[in-house]
Amino acid sequence: MRIVAVLAIGGLALSAAACGDKPSSNNGSSGNGKKYKACMVTDVGGIDDKSFNTSAWQGLQDAKAANGNIEIKYSASKAETDYQPNLNALVTEKCDLILAVGGLMTDATKAAAAANPAQKFAIIDSNIPAANVYSMQFNTAQAGFLAGYLAAGSSKSGKVATWGGLKIPPVTIFMDGFAEGVAHYNKVKSKTVAVLGWDNKSQEGLFAGSFTDQNKGKQLAEQLVAQGADVIMPVAGGAGLGTASAAQASGGKTSVIWVDADGCKSAAQYCDVFMTTVVKNIAGAVKDAVVAGADGKALTGAFTGVLGNNGVSLAPYNKFDSKVPAELKTEIDALKKDIVDGKIKIESPAQPK
Amino acid sequence: MTDEAKPPAAEPERTVPPEKDVAPRPNRPFRIFIEELTTASTFMVTVLAVVLALLVGSILVIISNDSAREAWGYFFAAPLDAFEMSWYAVRDAYVALFQGAIYDPAKPSAWGSISETLTYAAPLTFTGLSVALAFRAGLFNIGAQGQAVFGAIFGVLAGFLLHLPPVLHMLVALVCALIGGALWGFIPGILKAKTGAHEVITTIMLNNIAGIFLIWLVVQKGFQNPERTDAISKSAEENARLPRLLGFLEGDLRVNLAIVLAVLAAAGVSWLLNRSTFGFELRAVGGNPDAAKTAGMNVAMTYALVMAVAGGLAGLGGASMSLGLLPFALTPGVIANIGFDGITVALLGRAKPWGVLAGALLMGGLQAGAVKMNAVGGVPTDMVYVLQALIVIFIAAPALIKTVFRLRDGKASRSTATLAKGW
Repeated sequence: MRIVAVLAIGGLALSAAACGDKPSSNNGSSGNGKKYKACMVTDVGGIDDKSFNTSAWQGLQDAKAANGNIEIKYSASKAETDYQPNLNALVTEKCDLILAVGGLMTDATKAAAAANPAQKFAIIDSNIPAANVYSMQFNTAQAGFLAGYLAAGSSKSGKVATWGGLKIPPVTIFMDGFAEGVAHYNKVKSKTVAVLGWDNKSQEGLFAGSFTDQNKGKQLAEQLVAQGADVIMPVAGGAGLGTASAAQASGGKTSVIWVDADGCKSAAQYCDVFMTTVVKNIAGAVKDAVVAGADGKALTGAFTGVLGNNGVSLAPYNKFDSKVPAELKTEIDALKKDIVDGKIKIESPAQPK
Repeated sequence: MTDEAKPPAAEPERTVPPEKDVAPRPNRPFRIFIEELTTASTFMVTVLAVVLALLVGSILVIISNDSAREAWGYFFAAPLDAFEMSWYAVRDAYVALFQGAIYDPAKPSAWGSISETLTYAAPLTFTGLSVALAFRAGLFNIGAQGQAVFGAIFGVLAGFLLHLPPVLHMLVALVCALIGGALWGFIPGILKAKTGAHEVITTIMLNNIAGIFLIWLVVQKGFQNPERTDAISKSAEENARLPRLLGFLEGDLRVNLAIVLAVLAAAGVSWLLNRSTFGFELRAVGGNPDAAKTAGMNVAMTYALVMAVAGGLAGLGGASMSLGLLPFALTPGVIANIGFDGITVALLGRAKPWGVLAGALLMGGLQAGAVKMNAVGGVPTDMVYVLQALIVIFIAAPALIKTVFRLRDGKASRSTATLAKGW
């Protein structure tokens, strides 16, 4: 009897789900020009790391939306040793452009580019001086500087904090910029806002040792809050979500500055704790590169994202728009202009040369 | 199936009447073959576990395929579409799996896919042997991961700190890797021997320590590659790297000396287990430590030594990743998951050295195929981890396989019992 009941319910559910009409078959294939296949290899963070892999994939999707002739696909890497076979598999798949995401892929990309001189490659966060590789780098210290100034200006406790996934330049560059921004605020306003978690003079700080462990991110956040910090900037991809969840639990006492992609879009569930995001506009740079490639333009040399070309920026304040004082907003806009004009020099040793 | 065509062999008349409680054993070759096929022998259970895993996997392929899912959405409007789309999805996925693992006409070299399979299989053979050897001594070595990490570290350190002539440098680096892994395996071994600390707990913890130590090490001054901005150590010198075997062919074939060393290691472990005194003691201790002690064997010493040897094997596995593959340097994930995959491989191979090699080739093939499946059809690489997990579940549950395929009783249940002794 029970079996009959299960079958009946299952059947009903299936038929309800399966009653749709067949879509007409002549959709898709709208473009009639030459197809351009853009493929990407993720690094070990995976496509949904809510950080640079997600951003790069977003860039490819944007490019596809802009030009119907662009086809996109990605291969995911589980380990560093997967980079080379993944790149080679995409060469076999006859991709027009193969995008390697992340500096750890430098050696594999270099080797694949040398072995396949006719194949076009692009890489993010690295600079490979080969004719068939287009390198994209981002000077996030500039936007981090603005975030540091904003954090210092909005902190009530006089203590702001940052922590990173690993002590490597693509991470510490955010933290350097942040610390320099706070220092600038202290200098201009004669205040003494302290930065926890990073000392840009000694280049020492607080690191989770992981870009994925959210529990660790939560622990670090609790530790920093216990020391008095009320604005925290985690620079650790998915692990940073732990800090966001800790901030949400604090009920508005702690706020977070997110990094890479606008947090209110990439991790919308925590939007109410994100003061702003230090945006590394990988999506934009990737989209521009792919669209240019599909238009038949040659992609060579290097691209460096700065405040001036919107390669890096400070995201909208979203839900904090009403909480950030108008005066502070104006000061930050002015600072941005000063950095673009070169009136303010950023010292971070991690900046791309 | 040609057996059937053979003339009936001149078989001697059965002189001993069959025992009552045992089914009469047929002795014509074809009947024996059929008997083997329909009995839950270890071999059949393994093969059928793989088949069953692929079947379950195909359901996942259908669910994860957009066009198949869409076709099921209008099943009652056009039922054939759903089956057609599902068939295409499964066919494409498994054709890609085959192409990635065995032969792919699109690759510049006919050896391209085999090369990848062997490349993935080599480290898994080492870690599989490591786990299998410990199994045979009644120990459950969860620590192959950590031991492989130390093997990888020692290998690369010897690779860039020393400056030696060709061949010699590679040998020295491999010996260092062996020692590194052996040390990390010896710790839980000696703890077990002297204090009775359970090796499962100690090796899991030592895995964590090894992993975190590696992350710390690669960003230290003197170790980190000064030309790079990310977490990567200096590269091992050219002389210390494992040479590629098919480098003269077109297509950048990655297969290297590691697979040869892996086969030698399987032969070595086979000899150790079956022909040496130490192997005899090891198996005796694994069978019944109390009896072995009564017989005058030093059980504690055997535990410590077995773990050191197992660690050394895992260490070589780590080195075959760090010295055999790009970037020939240490990164936080340099050895991937070979330690844990080694447990699967040891299970697949029923803790027998040549079985481990076969298991590693199967796993290596699946992993190489996954890359192609991912590149062609967008089937997530996780699919292979699901397959791997399903295979292990089915092997661990021979009764399930027996019921599904209606096999008769066989030896399979017994061999699983041996494997479970580690606990």
